[in-house]
Amino acid sequence: MLLKKLTEASGVSGNEKEVRNIILDEIQDFVDDIKVDRLGNIIAYKKGKDNPKKLMITAHMDEVGLMITDIDDMGLLKFTTVGGIDKRILVSKPVLIGDNKVLGVIGAKPIHLQKREEWQNALEIEQLYIDIGVNNKTEGEKLVSIGDYVIFNSQYVEFGDKLVKAKALDNRVGCSLLIELIKEIEDIGFYGVFTVMEEVGLVGAGPVAYTVEPDLSIILEGTLCYDIPKLDSHLIPTHLNKGPAISLMDRTTLFDMEFRKRITKIAEENHIPYQYRKSSMGGNDSGKIHTTKEGSVTATISVPCRNIHSPTSVMSKQDYENTYKLLKTILLEYEKGEL
Amino acid sequence: MDIKELLEALCNTNSISGDEYRLEGIIMPVFKEFTDDIVVDKLGNIIALKKGYNNKGNIKVMLAAHMDEIGLMVKHIEENGFIRFTSIGGIDPRTILGQEVIVHGKENLFGVIGSKPPHLQEKDEIDRAIKIEDMTIDVGFTKEQLMNLISIGDTISIRRDFKTLQGNRITARALDDKAGVAAMYECIKELSRLQHEPDVYFVSTVQEEVGVRGAFTSAYGINPHIGIAIDVGFGATPELSKTDTLEMGKGPGITIGGNIHPGLRKKLVDVAKDYNIPFQYEIAPGPTGTDGRAIQITREGIPTLCLSIPLRYMHTSVEVVDILDIKNTAKLLAFFITTITNTNLEGLLCY
Repeated sequence: MLLKKLTEASGVSGNEKEVRNIILDEIQDFVDDIKVDRLGNIIAYKKGKDNPKKLMITAHMDEVGLMITDIDDMGLLKFTTVGGIDKRILVSKPVLIGDNKVLGVIGAKPIHLQKREEWQNALEIEQLYIDIGVNNKTEGEKLVSIGDYVIFNSQYVEFGDKLVKAKALDNRVGCSLLIELIKEIEDIGFYGVFTVMEEVGLVGAGPVAYTVEPDLSIILEGTLCYDIPKLDSHLIPTHLNKGPAISLMDRTTLFDMEFRKRITKIAEENHIPYQYRKSSMGGNDSGKIHTTKEGSVTATISVPCRNIHSPTSVMSKQDYENTYKLLKTILLEYEKGEL
Repeated sequence: MDIKELLEALCNTNSISGDEYRLEGIIMPVFKEFTDDIVVDKLGNIIALKKGYNNKGNIKVMLAAHMDEIGLMVKHIEENGFIRFTSIGGIDPRTILGQEVIVHGKENLFGVIGSKPPHLQEKDEIDRAIKIEDMTIDVGFTKEQLMNLISIGDTISIRRDFKTLQGNRITARALDDKAGVAAMYECIKELSRLQHEPDVYFVSTVQEEVGVRGAFTSAYGINPHIGIAIDVGFGATPELSKTDTLEMGKGPGITIGGNIHPGLRKKLVDVAKDYNIPFQYEIAPGPTGTDGRAIQITREGIPTLCLSIPLRYMHTSVEVVDILDIKNTAKLLAFFITTITNTNLEGLLCY
């Protein structure tokens, strides 16, 4: 299954190779032009009838993770975070290190030896380390190098009422949607772009927009979902199972109102549920895309993901299907020249 | 069965304190093969007896390793189907955020313990640990759907598979104290190749994590001449003081302190030296945090020993042990038992 393959692959920002290769394999027979640019972004093009506006749909390939910074005398590995990770979710988790995916665990001080105030405070990254089971530095150096990327060891699991648990749903869910669009849509011309290093500062998106020069851009994302009980509804950024989330604004973009309204109108006309992303926190590739060269009109459409940036992110297959349906309908409108 | 195979089966089966019966199907058949009798007592302790040879005075040695593990329990189901929960045994709330869990309802339900996205956190939030009462479990069903699947009081365990690390190291949930149960099994196998006078009772105890309860009743029932608790000790890591810890791969810790009979402990050390079995010392001046503390004060008092298998990250779901340490623990126990005879027992127990 595509989403399983994509989420279980390793692709921490700056090390997207494994994910990139899966995507290239999936789409190369379905596009008219494809290239990997100097930063590692995939820029694919599907031909269609002439359209006055150039459309680009993007999804970032990278995920948050860790990087090895030191191997100590006991053979324990120190690390730093790549992208926004809550240090508190690292404790007591298995991880996979480097290209060979060496298994390690992030342990913690036994509760028996803690002072009471200790367990009220979060553990700092500097206090954590990865144990791969070696006795010393020399043994460790044979298996791991400083600079190795680290991913969470978390499998794709379907559970509950059509839910999915996986790591890296942000943003393999966007990659999966875009791959499926590229494979299914025929005779509609658009650029399908998979970017690198979104999680460390929207690095790949600017150069891509510079190359493609899109008039319209749709950014596909897995976005914040925090619908816990007893939270005021205005504090809930998105709900699970309420359909694709359309962004209003975030820290990087005030999304084009006309484009956004056009999209919600399309959803309404086609009876596709949607919701607004009611948080101005976070940001995505749109931040770079809408300000590159003379600029581009952008919209972000996201699949809500609970526990984002953690090994146990959760999304709904129903939301995925509705997001896909909306995207397809948008493309049909685009073909008619009505976007 | 290979010790690693057994340990994998034990660790991959959940046995939260009070809910240990799930292990009966694993422990009973493999222990039965090498023992003369096996029973489950009223609290759920599994007691296997291996009879001694020429045991005129009917001397008895009891080994105890606890088969229960720490876990969680369902407390409340929210309107949107999220589950509120509490802990069973000593759980550091910091170790359960973002974990996958299994809720042991009518059927086993997969779920995750949610976390707040970093994007939405206030600046000072990130430095505070999240309390268990502020966490929720998401099993992906509505409250209505859950009504027939989950009840208040169902146990919940962290979902973690047994895995092999480098060398002889393994990682799993609840190696505390399934490593001890595996050591008892290895000891039975060793003893089946040796001759021993004492009757040996191998007890997989219940409810150690909530107050060494199974050890009290089983020790009372068996009334042994010698009780030996096999548990885990703190494996050395950089943040712990050297004096509090045992080194990994350097053999079992032999406990010294008030919980331990000094004469028997000296004998145990002599046996380790005679048979070249590596060992370390573990210092515990008062009652230990093991079944040994219960055994010692059962009936009119029972001479007690404790052996500790070095284990890193105790009470997390990524505990680490070295298989060699388990094997050496088993070997030391077996040879020690062979040196206890009807003739020398009284002398060993004398002050």
